[in-house]
Amino acid sequence: MSFFKALNIVKTYANHKALDDVSINIPEGSIYGLLGPNGAGKTSLIRIINQITAPDSGEIFFRNEHLKPTDVNRIGYLPEERGLYKKMKVGEQAVYLARLKGISKSEAITRLKMWFEKFGIEAWWDKKVEELSKGMAQKVQFITTVLHEPELLIFDEPFSGFDPINVELLKKEILGLRKKGTTIIFSTHNMGSVEEICSHIALINKSQKIIEGPINQIREKYASNTYQLSCRYNPEFDPETIVGTEFEIVSQRVEDERQDIILQQNTYCSANTLLSRVLPQADIISYQKIIPSMNDIFIKLVKEQLS
Amino acid sequence: MNKIFIIISREFSTRVRKKTFLVVTIFVPILFALFYAFLMWMLLRDDTQKRTIAVINESTLETPFQKINNTTFQYLDQNVPESDYAEFLKKNDYYAITRIPANVMTYAEIPVFSTSQVPMELKNELAAQLRQNIESVKRAEVIAKSQVPDLEEELEATKTPVLVRTLLVTDKGDTKEGSSEITSIIGLVAGMIIYFFVFMYASQVMKGVIEEKTNRIIEVLVSSVKPFQFLLGKIIGVAAVGLVQFLIWIVLGGIIMIAFQALFMPNLDLEALKNASDLTMFAQNSKINTEQLEVIQNLAKTIDPMFIMKFLAAFLFYFIGGYLLYASLFAAIGAAVDNETDSQQFMTPLSIILVVALYIGVAAMRSPESPMVFWSSLIPFTSPVVMLVRIPFGVPAWEIITSMALLVASFLFFTWLSGKIYRVGILMYGKKVTWKELYKWLRYKA
Repeated sequence: MSFFKALNIVKTYANHKALDDVSINIPEGSIYGLLGPNGAGKTSLIRIINQITAPDSGEIFFRNEHLKPTDVNRIGYLPEERGLYKKMKVGEQAVYLARLKGISKSEAITRLKMWFEKFGIEAWWDKKVEELSKGMAQKVQFITTVLHEPELLIFDEPFSGFDPINVELLKKEILGLRKKGTTIIFSTHNMGSVEEICSHIALINKSQKIIEGPINQIREKYASNTYQLSCRYNPEFDPETIVGTEFEIVSQRVEDERQDIILQQNTYCSANTLLSRVLPQADIISYQKIIPSMNDIFIKLVKEQLS
Repeated sequence: MNKIFIIISREFSTRVRKKTFLVVTIFVPILFALFYAFLMWMLLRDDTQKRTIAVINESTLETPFQKINNTTFQYLDQNVPESDYAEFLKKNDYYAITRIPANVMTYAEIPVFSTSQVPMELKNELAAQLRQNIESVKRAEVIAKSQVPDLEEELEATKTPVLVRTLLVTDKGDTKEGSSEITSIIGLVAGMIIYFFVFMYASQVMKGVIEEKTNRIIEVLVSSVKPFQFLLGKIIGVAAVGLVQFLIWIVLGGIIMIAFQALFMPNLDLEALKNASDLTMFAQNSKINTEQLEVIQNLAKTIDPMFIMKFLAAFLFYFIGGYLLYASLFAAIGAAVDNETDSQQFMTPLSIILVVALYIGVAAMRSPESPMVFWSSLIPFTSPVVMLVRIPFGVPAWEIITSMALLVASFLFFTWLSGKIYRVGILMYGKKVTWKELYKWLRYKA
């Protein structure tokens, strides 16, 4: 059974194709990174999932059923461009937004009190939003997004506008929500946070999906079979003696009494075999396969599509 | 459906709790009422002060003035130089001194010297008496000269009292008395109220839409409710504010009317007054003069309860219909622009139509039967104002029904159209929107 699936989504605006036959499959309990440069079509896709706009063609399934209008209550959405009524009081406004997601007034108040306590912001309840700083308002906005305990949460660039301390707090909350079983779509072009919290990703560029899957598999796939061998520096040790027929040296450098050698593996050679060649000559610190960062993969794929 | 109610209640309660609403709805009418009460009190207050005015009579008139209410006149035998007036008044405790010049029969300009401001009423009375006295002397001279027998009686007989009574004839052959001045005023006032209400509340909807767009809260909102639902909730919520304001005004107006009646005409029996032909008896019982009583009598005759009910129903219908039509269009404008200054280019055509409606309404007051008035009372964009001006003059039922049906059809159509523009517009930022662009939006898929 699939949790959330969008199939062959096409969306065209006047003379520009925002989404061109895009399909994504979001496994339950994942943190699903939706990546792509600005203008790639991420927001268009997110708006379609939120039923803010309808696709020209394509189908969407939520737990194997066609997405229906009432499903908005099962989804929580924190848009990139977000805001609150400036003249309205914080508590009143949060209750209003919660009620629009189908929660009763009393239930909303109970849950809000709990969240406000958790974030230590009880004193803000009767303040107007215009009295809050930007970061404070963002916290309130985060709470209103998750208050109705949606099965699917969608964060569009959630960390923009937060200071590092609040980013940590938010990350902790997002991971906590995942632990409780919430599935999260996480749209961003900040690759650092992607590697840190995403379990799956899809890369969208120029209205098309380029790649999708579990983040580890993708990184594995784009690994170029290079290895890094680090040893304590020993002038007697000549790396050329260990390469054999299987490896060739890509680069090497010495720094702070430590020698790093990057090896390209051309034919298979087990780690044990290589290490047994090094063992008599040098003091090994580490030996590992080099996995490309998401950032590298992102740039590589976007450039590939460009050419 | 439930979500629409949540939206309506927010739109309603945030507006009703604003201080400006309280001020406009309650304090302004009370302030107006107090102001008018004060004015009426000033006008109706009996002039109880006893005054004596000294008169230096240089003319041939025997007694230019007789007693006016509490004011008496003292004719002086000798002249007093103008420079001594102040001292003279003080010494003899006179209120004022006046000099009737010798040429008063041909050119009656008389000075009245007083140490305090002479009340308008007294001044008018003085002029009236003097004129009457001069005229009767002159007339007596003419009569004496002409030597026509009984001329005086015959001249007297030429004075003819004239009263124009306007009567409405209905299809059933009944006649109903009514005053066209009062009906036309009622119609125009109602038309103007509609104009202001529609403009005021439709702009509130637009402001709300622009606020949500610039705040960027709209994307959160439309991820919970359909844009059209949200728009509908907003429009209905603001309409509710307008209706509540209007109801408060009706109640306040009723209370103020009753208070006025108790204050200024405590013994007036309106039912009896309605059928009375001689108003002098009523004038004696109340503190109001016959002319004012006539206005009240006309009002009482024109405004029978049936007419009020019908007129109020029409008012409510045209207010809601006109408001819905304009509010949805204003909402579309709000969604299309990024800030209020940009809204001008789209607002202008609508504002012009509304102002034209008001002008036609004024014209309808003078000629309710003209073709321009007829057509604009059927066309939905102008009918809310113009039809209301026409209704007190009597409009055939089919015209009202056609006009109402057209209004309903057009607000349904334009709300649907505006909904499409709204839906696209609220998520578009930083684009200078043109009419062509708006047309494109209409064809986007929801």
